[in-house]
Amino acid sequence: MKIIVLLKRVPDSEAKILINKEGTGIREDGVKFVINTYDEYAIEEGLLMKEKVGGDSKVTVVCMGPDEATEAIRTALAMGADDAVHIADDSLSNPGPFTTATIMAKAIGDEEFDIIFCGKQAIDDDMAQVHCILAEMLDIPQVSVAIAFELSDDTTKATVSRRIEGGDEKIDTSLPVIVSCDKGLNDPRYASLPGIMKAKKKEIRKKSLADLGFSEIPGGGRSRILKWLPLPKGGECRMVEAEETPDAVRELVRLLREEAKVI
Amino acid sequence: MTGDILVFGEIRNGELKKVARELVYGARTIAAGTGGSIDALIVGTGAETEAAKLASLGVRNIAVVDDEATANYSSEGYATVLADLVREGDYGYILLGATAMGRDLGARAVAKVDGVMFSDCVELGFEDGACIARRPVYSGKLYVEIAPTGGRPVFITIRPNNLPPAEETGDGGEVTARGAGIDLAAIRAIATEIAPLAGGRPDVTEADVIISGGRAMKDASNFKILEDLADLLGGAVGASRAAVDAGFAEQPLQVGQTGKVVNPKLYIACGISGAIQHLAGMRTSKVIVAINKDSNAPIFEKAHYGIVGNLFDVVPVLTEEIRKIL
Ligand SMILES: Cc1cc2nc3c(=O)[nH]c(=O)nc-3n(C[C@H](O)[C@H](O)[C@H](O)COP(=O)(O)OP(=O)(O)OC[C@H]3O[C@@H](n4cnc5c(N)ncnc54)[C@H](O)[C@@H]3O)c2cc1C
Ligand SMILES: Nc1ncnc2c1ncn2[C@@H]1O[C@H](COP(=O)(O)O)[C@@H](O)[C@H]1O
Repeated sequence: MKIIVLLKRVPDSEAKILINKEGTGIREDGVKFVINTYDEYAIEEGLLMKEKVGGDSKVTVVCMGPDEATEAIRTALAMGADDAVHIADDSLSNPGPFTTATIMAKAIGDEEFDIIFCGKQAIDDDMAQVHCILAEMLDIPQVSVAIAFELSDDTTKATVSRRIEGGDEKIDTSLPVIVSCDKGLNDPRYASLPGIMKAKKKEIRKKSLADLGFSEIPGGGRSRILKWLPLPKGGECRMVEAEETPDAVRELVRLLREEAKVI
Repeated sequence: MTGDILVFGEIRNGELKKVARELVYGARTIAAGTGGSIDALIVGTGAETEAAKLASLGVRNIAVVDDEATANYSSEGYATVLADLVREGDYGYILLGATAMGRDLGARAVAKVDGVMFSDCVELGFEDGACIARRPVYSGKLYVEIAPTGGRPVFITIRPNNLPPAEETGDGGEVTARGAGIDLAAIRAIATEIAPLAGGRPDVTEADVIISGGRAMKDASNFKILEDLADLLGGAVGASRAAVDAGFAEQPLQVGQTGKVVNPKLYIACGISGAIQHLAGMRTSKVIVAINKDSNAPIFEKAHYGIVGNLFDVVPVLTEEIRKIL
């Protein structure tokens, strides 16, 4: 079974994100970049499927991002992925979902695959679109926000649970399919020391847009960011105090009713 | 392309989701700019009956699709129905709820019509001939204002609970039944069943009130005191990741970056420290109350009201006091 995992390099979730001086994006200095949180579940699910099916099964990581993304790719290889395609091109900065999906579709079109796992969303642009657009371009089904994935014994179908409001929706799908992964699907493993050593020898096929046959950035020119805005400053917290807890609580209830008008 | 707006009304369990009314509100903002009309599409079992809920909001045409092929959700099927109507009506804007269905279907449909989509928007405006959407990025650490560059249909998903519901206008829209125009046999991924969340409370993403517990809850059974307060207020119970990872609460209740993004009128955080990843999920709540025994807990920097104290003392009294006034 051939499995592809999409991996994006994004700022660590702990990172303080500030708008740059020009107001055109974020300040990257001092920001630690890591594998997108949800893509870790995608890597793990890919590895689990490879282990389950065995034989000549293989996990290939596909990442589009700057040269520095190599580190995140190596981490995935150290976890157990077999090889990687790294699409790096200086002309690409903040590509929108259509640009990403168009380039991915081309890169993936050259590979053989049965399942593509990716994250439910990238925690930088928070679009949650790339996998759906990619699915349409590759003419395969998609399942979004998976929390359980069960491959049929003959490996031609899968049953996927996806998280929806108020419950879990079960989806029956044929393969090939693209599945976006949520927390709860599995527990991503850590890279082991031997894994890290082995990763150094694994192949990363680096490609530019020209290598993929593009003479310019595809799929762009759809939207424009007009403004980057910081969060509105939170108001002061009103501390409700009293000698006895019940008095403080009564005062809180009064405030919630009369001032905030929420109960 | 016209300046007309299409609102997608989502059906779950035979009922129209309440976000549909908020979408009509958003559509009016755009219609005021483009001078276009507002139409709607409702797909699924019960679509025709539920259409009445939109008809009284001044929606011009409501297309309903309730067919064997749309009885169960499939992104391929639903996206085909939506994309066909978008092409036919030459819509400039398509609004969907930022729900599990809206996100999945919207992104597939936008690919079919080669448009552009803005996800999870919280505010809409209209300037210089185009809609401007405000949306959170970097897990809600910043916002951007984004506008389309023109010439393509613009899909916008809007988070539930952000826009006010559109007021009734009394004008009756016209309801037209349509065929799905899809071949069920050609659909490769389709929903077979929905396992409802235990507890029967509203989902955290749709609740007006959320009572959330953190690591300080110490045990799953202690969540009972939060459930009592939530049930009294018709709200949902939420949890921090620490509480979920410790097995005190189920994953679907988790609020935060790797959980759900919520936007209730009232969020009560009980024994939650206020880590950045938790704030990512609840900072836009209209009123935040923090109950924490540590007066230096970061949650107090984001809260509107705070009580320093032991949650096991505070919460039961809070429930009793609220019971008295309801
Ligand atoms: C990639 C990543 C993603 C993450 N995603 C999420 C997410 O989605 N959601 C999330 O919540 N976290 C998330 N986290 C974890 C986050 O960093 C925190 O660890 C977590 O939110 C802490 O949960 P807590 O506030 O319940 O626990 P703690 O930080 O341990 O806080 C417990 C609080 O309870 C107070 N307390 C203790 N006893 C009592 C009592 N009897 N009465 C009153 N107060 C009491 C303490 O003073 C303390 O402030 C994520 C972390 C990472 C790295
Ligand atoms: N540049 C990229 N390189 C690799 N994978 C990506 C890239 N952008 C998005 N993805 C994948 O698509 C998912 C959804 O991304 P998004 O639509 O940007 O929120 C991510 O979790 C990744 O798995």
